[in-house]
Amino acid sequence: MMTKRLRLLSAVLMVLFCCNAALAASTIKIGALFSVTGPAAFLGEPERNTAQMLVNEINKAGGVKGQKLELVAYDTGGDATKAVQLATKLIKDDKVAAIIGPSTTGESMAVIPVAEKDQVPLISCAAGIKITEPVKKWVFKTAQNDTLAVARIFEYLQKHKVSKVAILTVSDGFGASGREQLKAQAGKYGIQILIDDTFGPKDTDMTAQLTKIRGSQAQAIICWGTNPGPAIVAKNARQLGIKIPLYMSHGVSSKKFIELAGNAAEGIRLPSGKVIVADLLPKSDPQRKSLMAFVQDYQKHYKVEGDHFGGHAWDAVMLLKGAIERGGTTPATIRDQLEKTKNYHGIGGTFTYSPADHAGLTKDAFVLVEVKNKDWVLVK
Amino acid sequence: MKREIVKFLILALLVLVVPLLLKGGYLMNVLVFVGINTMLAVALNLLLGFAGQISLGHAAFFGIGAYCSGILTATFGLNPWHAMAVAACAGTVLAFVVGFPILKLKGHYLAMATLGLGIIVYIVFNEAVNLTGGPSGLSGIPNLSVGKTVFDSDTKNYYLIWGFTLATILLSLNLAHSRIGRALRAIHDSEVAARVMGVNARLLKVRIFALSAFISAVAGSLYAHTMTFLSPASFGFNFSVELVTMVVIGGLGSIYGSLFGAVLLTLLPEMLRTFQDYDIVVYGLILILMTMFMPGGLVRGIPAMIGAVSARRGNGGNEHA
Repeated sequence: MMTKRLRLLSAVLMVLFCCNAALAASTIKIGALFSVTGPAAFLGEPERNTAQMLVNEINKAGGVKGQKLELVAYDTGGDATKAVQLATKLIKDDKVAAIIGPSTTGESMAVIPVAEKDQVPLISCAAGIKITEPVKKWVFKTAQNDTLAVARIFEYLQKHKVSKVAILTVSDGFGASGREQLKAQAGKYGIQILIDDTFGPKDTDMTAQLTKIRGSQAQAIICWGTNPGPAIVAKNARQLGIKIPLYMSHGVSSKKFIELAGNAAEGIRLPSGKVIVADLLPKSDPQRKSLMAFVQDYQKHYKVEGDHFGGHAWDAVMLLKGAIERGGTTPATIRDQLEKTKNYHGIGGTFTYSPADHAGLTKDAFVLVEVKNKDWVLVK
Repeated sequence: MKREIVKFLILALLVLVVPLLLKGGYLMNVLVFVGINTMLAVALNLLLGFAGQISLGHAAFFGIGAYCSGILTATFGLNPWHAMAVAACAGTVLAFVVGFPILKLKGHYLAMATLGLGIIVYIVFNEAVNLTGGPSGLSGIPNLSVGKTVFDSDTKNYYLIWGFTLATILLSLNLAHSRIGRALRAIHDSEVAARVMGVNARLLKVRIFALSAFISAVAGSLYAHTMTFLSPASFGFNFSVELVTMVVIGGLGSIYGSLFGAVLLTLLPEMLRTFQDYDIVVYGLILILMTMFMPGGLVRGIPAMIGAVSARRGNGGNEHA
């Protein structure tokens, strides 16, 4: 009696094991590193939410070529050391086929040597130009380069015959990269930078820098930073009665900025990914379909508007999905297929990767928007 | 003394055996950083636990070691070992220069001065973009190598770094049991009394500060060559506080305490990952409970607890009898 039961039990277990093995064979593991906590939580949280939401939906719709995706997401807390440890964990313990993230340029640069050495494709969600320039075999990215954002502003200024500007940048990775690009490209557009000043990421008053700018010949101010600094700049400029136009970076292109800056946000212009003006885009825009899908989905799941940070993660997952659909199964084949991505109309723009370009976007990725009546409008 | 040697040999054996049990994998990578943190905690303990001088800016020396090594090798192409020597000197010299004025201060004022030092160095890392790469970091730092062996895997780095860590522990144990160690403890209890006994308190404090900085800078250099990338965020105020926490949780004035503190504080967040979003809360709770119930740190708290439990058992037995 006993032995019979045991036999039955073992048979059941065997079947279960086989099922398990079969299941395991048809899932593809994707690793994710996002700074969900810490100073860069404003990037990491929407990114993780979006990635999880999208993977769930892909699986609900039957997966990719019959294979389910599994997302293994870790929080780096914005710390480079932790990001490296967790990347190693994803590769060695979880044995993922590809990694999306990290959220910041610093963490991405720290993780790149790990991805290159262990030969696992990495799709960074950070904007720094250093990530994909020079091109690294295993590293791609979805966030738009600062170069393109700077070009958008300068083009507009040149068209409106503005040639003297003051720049005010935050002293972190994002601001430093923006400042470098602003200074590098100014000459090309015949623009002269009269004042080049910075502020700390935690500063609460920028009156000193703005007073200096007020006393100069500058015809416009370009401020490069992420919330809350730029909102304070906007408020201080209003308080000081500064009349010259204020330009911001794509780092503040979310409703949060308008909330923080209040009335002072009116009239501010900035380059932005198309996500915040998705409903204003012409029907013919090739990105419109992806954008509307993302915005509505995010609203439904998380009750807040999706921003372009979440969009970076959306694009990363979709790019991987594309690569797997085209036949990628192992880290190496996924990498090769990623590089062959052509005209994927995503959230950040239209991606076309090549062996010489792992960033994949052109300056069409950005539109210039202006704040009017507490909302965004397109600048023609 | 013999017991000390046995204890150290057990530790060394453990360090040798652990990788064989783990067979590579991700924990090896974490253990590399445990080694670096142990060096730092032991170095800080010499200052904080033995001499009783607080430093809330020790991440600065760690950072200077790391950036010196990083810049000299990545930008100027120096041999990593030479760069490490320069980095160690830089940390020591800075400690000497700032040590003389600031170690005159006591208590809160010393805490504030070292805090200031930490913040100044952090700002320099952030703002000297041409040199340090600024907030987006410094990349392209080579690995250390001996002959044809390049320390480019976690296992190799593990042995390299734990070699340095064991050397640090041995040096510190020696120091603690020497005349200097006793003099430091005398300063800790009463500086005036120590001076009356003929201890040159001022010079000794500066020297131990410099030694602590030296070890921290070497640890920084090792960090730079294992990570091959640096960004200022790793050397901020938070990390200085984390180091102090390691020393206090482990047990002030105990070298092995610092080892336990560093091991616990580095491994704990990894263990708590199962709690997902709540891991920080649990982490904080554990630290609070530990400081409440083990004010003397792990090295004193755990034996005391074992003692209490066995004593209660003994009592219980008596009552029944």
